[in-house]
Amino acid sequence: MTRESILEARGLSKVYDMGEVQVRALRSVDLDLYHAELVVLLGASGSGKSTLLNIIGGLDRPSDGTLRYKELDLSHADDDELTSYRREFVGFVFQLYNLIPSLTARENVSLVSEIATDPMQPEEALELVGLGDRLDHFPAQLSGGEQQRVAIARAVAKQPELLLCDEPTGALDAKTGKLVLRVLDQVNRETGTTTAIITHNVAIAGLGDRVIRMSSGEIAEVTVNEERVSLETVEW
Amino acid sequence: MVRIRALDRKMLRELWKLRGQLISIGLVVATAVMTLVTMRGTYEALEKGRSAYYRDYRLAHVWSSLERAPESLRATLARIPGVAAVETRVSAFATLDLPWLDAPGQGLFLSIPETGEADADAVHIREGRTVRAGRAAEVLVSENFFVANDLEVGDTIRAVLNGVRREMRIVGSAIAPDQSYAVPAGALYPDDERFGVFWMSRGVLGPNLDMEDAFNLLAVRLSPGASEVGVIREVDRVLDPYGGLGAYGRADNLSYKILNDELNQNRTMGTAFPMVFLGVAAFLLNLVLSRLIATQRTEIGALKAMGYTNREIGLHYLSYSVAAVGLGTLLGAAGGVWTGGAMVDLYDEYFKFPTLEYTLSWTLVLIGGGVSLIAAVAGGAGAVRRAASLPPAEAMRPEPPDRFTPGWIERAGIGEFLSTGGRLILRNLERRPVRALMSSLGVAFSVAILVIGMFMFDGIDRMMDLQFSVAQREDLTVSFNQELGEGVRYDLARFGGVTRVELFHTVPVRLRAGHRERELAITGLERDTRLRRIVSESGRIHPLPAGGIAMSAYLADRLGVRRGDTLTVEALTGLRRTERIPVTDIVEDLLGVSAYMDAEGLRRLTHEGPRASGAYLLTDGAREAQVNAELKAAPAIASVASPSSMLESFESQLEDSIFIAIFFIVGFASIISVAVIYNGTRIALSERGRELASLRVLGFTRQEVATLLFGEQGVITVLAIPFGWVIGYGLAYLVVTAMASETYRIPLVVSPGTYFWTALITVIAAIASSMLVRRRLSRMDLIAVLKTRE
Repeated sequence: MTRESILEARGLSKVYDMGEVQVRALRSVDLDLYHAELVVLLGASGSGKSTLLNIIGGLDRPSDGTLRYKELDLSHADDDELTSYRREFVGFVFQLYNLIPSLTARENVSLVSEIATDPMQPEEALELVGLGDRLDHFPAQLSGGEQQRVAIARAVAKQPELLLCDEPTGALDAKTGKLVLRVLDQVNRETGTTTAIITHNVAIAGLGDRVIRMSSGEIAEVTVNEERVSLETVEW
Repeated sequence: MVRIRALDRKMLRELWKLRGQLISIGLVVATAVMTLVTMRGTYEALEKGRSAYYRDYRLAHVWSSLERAPESLRATLARIPGVAAVETRVSAFATLDLPWLDAPGQGLFLSIPETGEADADAVHIREGRTVRAGRAAEVLVSENFFVANDLEVGDTIRAVLNGVRREMRIVGSAIAPDQSYAVPAGALYPDDERFGVFWMSRGVLGPNLDMEDAFNLLAVRLSPGASEVGVIREVDRVLDPYGGLGAYGRADNLSYKILNDELNQNRTMGTAFPMVFLGVAAFLLNLVLSRLIATQRTEIGALKAMGYTNREIGLHYLSYSVAAVGLGTLLGAAGGVWTGGAMVDLYDEYFKFPTLEYTLSWTLVLIGGGVSLIAAVAGGAGAVRRAASLPPAEAMRPEPPDRFTPGWIERAGIGEFLSTGGRLILRNLERRPVRALMSSLGVAFSVAILVIGMFMFDGIDRMMDLQFSVAQREDLTVSFNQELGEGVRYDLARFGGVTRVELFHTVPVRLRAGHRERELAITGLERDTRLRRIVSESGRIHPLPAGGIAMSAYLADRLGVRRGDTLTVEALTGLRRTERIPVTDIVEDLLGVSAYMDAEGLRRLTHEGPRASGAYLLTDGAREAQVNAELKAAPAIASVASPSSMLESFESQLEDSIFIAIFFIVGFASIISVAVIYNGTRIALSERGRELASLRVLGFTRQEVATLLFGEQGVITVLAIPFGWVIGYGLAYLVVTAMASETYRIPLVVSPGTYFWTALITVIAAIASSMLVRRRLSRMDLIAVLKTRE
């Protein structure tokens, strides 16, 4: 299968200066993301997967190496260019949801659809994640799983090219976690959005087209799944 | 339907949620704006009232007293280049017989034209009507005297005019711009009960004083651009053959000078205080908004991650500043209209201008609001920039726990003596020294403005105390109708109840040092004077100089002389001799400007034998009524004043002018103090909410958690108090320096009482704020706080 690479990272490194010590979070990582694929990033805590995802998503800058999104050189992009990259192409889902507590589900999604070029209607995005009946609830009135699905709706409403999810099920129980993963899987299949999911849950690995294992800031192994397994067979 | 963007909805909801804090920030702005709008606005109203008064009642520019000149000289005076209008008048001091007073009173009788209004120094009728031409017995009375003596239109009053006792009917009360601060001959302060101004028709007063077709007082108005100095020189030349006593301009007119001093002082207060308040408010806004927005760090990160630009995010958080400042400015303007109106009403009773109105100045509102907005936006923008400059990934994570390492508390071994709570409080302060310092500085500023509001009472107390119990120790000051010889000492001593007599001699002089000159009266005191002493600010009693002049430092400064310099002193009476006299002492005194010599030294200037203009008397308290009765019956005595009634009059003058302002200042300072402390505590709660909730989850009681939060605020407040005293003392120095005037100079004294009260108000504000926040702390939803970050 030869697919079009939309994102290309070469020799990515990230060093955090923590005063007395320097932490090398990424050590010369090479990575490509292909159009419409679903990638699962596996690794223990501290393996560098969040750092990698943040850099890919334009939330952080690499200390060294090159990063290109299509024609865009992200490794030398300034703050404005990174902002417009995130605004145009990237959707994020975070472990802690990061919803705005003072806005309802619908308004949280509007926050993104209002600044995107060709967005879905907020209602449509929420319908997609199965929350068509919770439009006017505030985050505090929603369960963790519902909050995470609002976060997904918020991320997909702009119809991003790239959907990046950092431990989307990390704060959820197994049942709710599956529900959230089903939504992500469905979005990937239906909209063809390139999706990267970070997890430390090995059981999820089968869901991806590819599985990238990280360890100590390096890519330890890349596995290509011949076939994506069905969510029903996943147990954790 | 108008669609509101999600980001704007977020703004509206959050503004509503933060309303308590925004209102308290708004109150700081409101107070600063209100101080500006009230105090500066009041000054502007007074300034306008004074201009209108001087314009409408044609205050003269140059005056001169003279012995007597024919009315025909008027035409000559009118021809002097630069002279626009000439008003000739007759005037005389007269002894009043006031049956309800046990001492004689004194009146200044002034003529007003028989027909039409005066070309200069016209009167404004406050009650009744003006005098009619040809009615011999009609008189208009100055309003202060009229009110102080409970007079009514139609009452009669008796005076000895030119040696003849006359009875006159009061037809009205009036004010005039040239007599706005009318004082008895030779006195510093008005004595409204015993001294008044009386206006009579020229056709009546002239003949009474043997001044038909003649005048002894001249008032001149200048044309625009005319040279005052030139006109004064010409007037002096013309009047010289007629006993001219020297023409002078407005700067040497007591009424003008006092009002000018008072307005200058009002301007100083109306500028200095609002500037200090606005400065403090700006500092606080900056501090509070930067901390408030810093608590929004994770949201800023999330918005950035979604692709919102720094500009959009900055504008969004700008709304906090705009809302708080906008609200405060509106409140301040509305409050200012009210307090400004009230303050002007109070001043109206004191200044008595024909028209005095307070109008809200939108320029002042804009200045106040603008300065506050800049400070608020700068504070908010700094915090937004700091949060936005973090990579969003980092901003979204809760702030990492601070890296605690053993600090000075551990190193000093204090930790062992403290409870866990105490250690937590101290470590929190230690790990964020800058934040603790800034919070402390905020509270310190509020203490400081309380100090500058209150210390003036101390200064005024000290000033009064020095003047009326250390410097002036006589029971009565009598002044004579004319200079008398030494023998009067024995006459006075024979009065029953008089236990000590000290004579004094005042000689009007012109002091010259280089190109600077100044007219005033030198007071000659007895060498071994015990009743009247020269006292400096510090309370030190200066010995009477032998052969030289001791003068007020304020005067020395104006003349540019130092101790040891020599002055040219020209006597303005008698032989008008000129002498060179050394300045032997300069005294940092507090009231008026004075120059003293010993009586013998003064005689060398006048070349006369021993003379007395009046005497200081010490009386036997039990026999005071007898002394007064005898003094009243003595024909040679023009007036009797007692320092205690002067003290009263001076106190009431201060009460009406400066105390009004102080009252407002202390009120405003208290509001700021409460708002600052409340804000500090509220923000500490939102910054520390998670940590405190975690402690509650771990089993800490509400009380224990409250102790942690308020303990920290308590330490900040307690540290701030002495800090605030120091800043307040510095600001007080600036205020007294700016407010120093010829009338009085408030010494820089801050009493223990003021320190105590400022501390107490601050502590009460802290406790009240804690109680308000305590309610919020008790209602804190533990789960919600732990799950979400606000």
